Amino acid sequence: MNNLKIIKEGFYVIASSADKKSTLELVNKTLAKRYRAERRFKFYGALSICFALLCLAVLFTDIVGKGHSAFFQTYIKLDVNLDPALLEISDINDSQQIKRGNYQKALRESLRLVFPEVKGRSDKRKLNALISTGASYQLADDVLDNPALIGQIIAVDVLADDDIDTWLKSRSIDGQEAFTGRLTSKQLEWLEKLIDADRLEKNFNTVFFTNGDSREPELAGIRSAITGSLFTLFVTLLLSFTVGISSAIYLEEYAPKNRITDFIEVNINNLAAVPSIIFGLLGLAIFIGIFGMTRSIPLLGGIVLSLMTLPTIIISSRAAIKSVPPSIREAAYGMGASKMQVILHHVLPLAMPGMLTGTIIGMAQALGETAPLLMIGMVAFVVDVPGSLTDPSTALPVQIFLWADSPERAFIERTSAAIMVLLAFLITMNTLAVWLRKRLERRW
Amino acid sequence: MSTSILLIVIIGLAVISFYSSRKRSVIKANEIGGTQQLNSLPFYHGMLAVFWCVIPCLLFVVSWLIFDEYIIENLVIAQLPESQQNLSYGELTLLVNMVNNIVAGNSASVGQATYLIEAANYLKSLRDNSQTALSVISLSIAVCGMCIAWVKIHPELRARNHVETIFKLLLLLCSCIAILTTVGIVVSVIFESIQFFKQVPISEFLFGLHWSPQVAIRADQVGGSGSFGAVPLFVGTLLISTIAMIIAVPAGLMSAIYLSEYASKRARNIIKPLLEVLAGIPTVVYGFFAALSIAPFIRDAGDWIGETYMFELMGLSLQVSSESALAAGLVMGVMIIPFISSLSDDVINAVPQSLRDGALGLGSTQSETIKKVVLPAALPGIVGGVLLAASRAIGETMIVVMAAGLAANLTANPLSSVTTVTVQIVTLLVGDQEFDSAKTLSAFALGLMLFIVTLALNIYALSVVKKYREQYE
Repeated sequence: MNNLKIIKEGFYVIASSADKKSTLELVNKTLAKRYRAERRFKFYGALSICFALLCLAVLFTDIVGKGHSAFFQTYIKLDVNLDPALLEISDINDSQQIKRGNYQKALRESLRLVFPEVKGRSDKRKLNALISTGASYQLADDVLDNPALIGQIIAVDVLADDDIDTWLKSRSIDGQEAFTGRLTSKQLEWLEKLIDADRLEKNFNTVFFTNGDSREPELAGIRSAITGSLFTLFVTLLLSFTVGISSAIYLEEYAPKNRITDFIEVNINNLAAVPSIIFGLLGLAIFIGIFGMTRSIPLLGGIVLSLMTLPTIIISSRAAIKSVPPSIREAAYGMGASKMQVILHHVLPLAMPGMLTGTIIGMAQALGETAPLLMIGMVAFVVDVPGSLTDPSTALPVQIFLWADSPERAFIERTSAAIMVLLAFLITMNTLAVWLRKRLERRW
Repeated sequence: MSTSILLIVIIGLAVISFYSSRKRSVIKANEIGGTQQLNSLPFYHGMLAVFWCVIPCLLFVVSWLIFDEYIIENLVIAQLPESQQNLSYGELTLLVNMVNNIVAGNSASVGQATYLIEAANYLKSLRDNSQTALSVISLSIAVCGMCIAWVKIHPELRARNHVETIFKLLLLLCSCIAILTTVGIVVSVIFESIQFFKQVPISEFLFGLHWSPQVAIRADQVGGSGSFGAVPLFVGTLLISTIAMIIAVPAGLMSAIYLSEYASKRARNIIKPLLEVLAGIPTVVYGFFAALSIAPFIRDAGDWIGETYMFELMGLSLQVSSESALAAGLVMGVMIIPFISSLSDDVINAVPQSLRDGALGLGSTQSETIKKVVLPAALPGIVGGVLLAASRAIGETMIVVMAAGLAANLTANPLSSVTTVTVQIVTLLVGDQEFDSAKTLSAFALGLMLFIVTLALNIYALSVVKKYREQYE
């Protein structure tokens, strides 16, 4: 063996031709083992990818499984008697009176008609609890739109309380005990009767898309959160796009190679990796503490998020500018264009697809970001839809965070549904970015 | 005129000044024989006028908006009766807030002291005047700028040179925002931290073993000791990040190897975007998933294992907290997989093909090539990527806020509940808080620690990656 130099197991360097046969034997002997190791290694790689993809699949099925039911909501079909006397309306032409009418009483009366046997104060209260507290406002809106309804008996789908909704949804799953929650056995009895009378039905949950936040799950919606997110994103886009592209142009086209330029570059690279919560601290200490800006407004949220997304946009825009070949610039200079003309007329249009891709990815990042918004007080309980950049508002991911903390079981499906909406937005944006990159980006 | 309308009017003025100045330059040029007599194109004359019109005006508006509330507040305070002015700072702020509330209509003006109502009226008139003054002055500045540009237009005006210089300066200004942001971050965390360390010694913060930031309001209050030893938070952060890295590093690295060395082009085109989806999911979604699906699952699994025969036989019990570090760490690990995989993918692809060919030519199998040639060559870059991922895990907020607990336990048991630096920052700062209590300030001290650690990790990682890249270029 002394004329064989062993480097490591499996590797043999042949020193003498006389031992050729035995070397081959040695190699062949270990070959099966080496192939096994090869297969094992490849298998580990495939396993890791499967693990990651499995996590993705589990995450999506979990969210969709929990959230899909939130798009449908339980209603109770009732025949409501809109008697002016019952509604306490004396003049049916007075819209103020119509607005203030006692619709709750009308709804309760009609429910009482379905269950004439219910007597006693506490039983009646339990019966009334089947109807959502927001149902009377919806009825009031319907009547306001069409005052001719007053005096008629109309069939109305009345929004049910969230406990009933949760119960009905868990009831329809086979092999599982229905989730009763706070419902009493008497209420369950009534509900079974309603089902037998075909008075319980599930309709598409429009409330979820048209309402703001609410303490009552059946009345809670994402409209104010989405509006807040859009306002915030608008500010972010405006600031980070202009500033980001300008910085990228300066750094690529103008910046001399000196200390200041290096310092700017180091800063940008480091900012890209600063935890997002630190930007929230910046917003809190500088913009609220020193500049005295109001808390919880989209304007402030947008500024903070644009500082956070700036590095992403600058880095991708620089890459886009860098990919424009120098020959284009030289040709333009040769035609007598000034530097500004070269940049604005030639470099920028050619680099724009790459810049837009980077911007969309940055925007998607900003849309999903929560932590800095918590710091600057955008965790408010916002019922009204914000109307301007300076109205207190919240954002979609923050709304998800708030609902995830709520104890009512009905909020779990709403949180998941809100996540589905958020993910739909994000996937659309990312697909757009990928499409844009494929479609418009030129290979030089 | 509200500020948004004012801005629209200013934009309108800018458009007018652009067209009028451009036209004027053409007219002037025609007087002496056509546009070829102009030093610069008409466009540049127009742009110069826009700069003259807009820049001074906007500078004025911004500085006015920054300082007006401050000045108005001082004017109102100066107008208050002598006895009220000598109040302490806190009481004075309270008074100003009351006045503000009266103006905003949040509190009824009936039944308030006369001086408060007077102050409220004064404040209201000052605000109205301020807004009017802002509109009038800024618009006159804009018009003045327009006129100056109009007068200056001359065929020999070197408009192009001026415009290009201003353009360059504006770009420079934009790129300095990155520096300003860094300065802002440093200033905001350092100043508050210095105040905090005046109240709590820095050694106690860094080495103290007990964290309970509730400061006593009354002297005899139970549990309000207010101790600020941050070691449990550091340990908790480290524990969760370590679990995350244990999941993410092997999985991420192996997927990168598989994708770059084994997978067919078609498979790569499908798998890579899917991994990117994993990276694009917002952290709040991961947090929800961890808190509502993984944590209960782990707890139930722990209970089930704890009830098995073997554990009973050994007399052990298995206690899994419903906010276990394991749940948060696992989900965070999944979040980081695509990050590590894409960074390692870049690094592995940067290893020259000749090294692989050499190893394969010597008869080694593909996995031997990877293990003994590619990986050692790519190691510095991979280490850099792992460090970047670690800094991301340390700074991650939403997953731990939703899935990890608030109890500052000093433990290394992944099944118990721990808290992290970011969780504490969020809990200390969300909601209303007094700005200079030790409790609030401690959040900034934690932020400072977080910033320093992540920054150090980043700088080191980036330098490693850069050095490695230079090696093969």
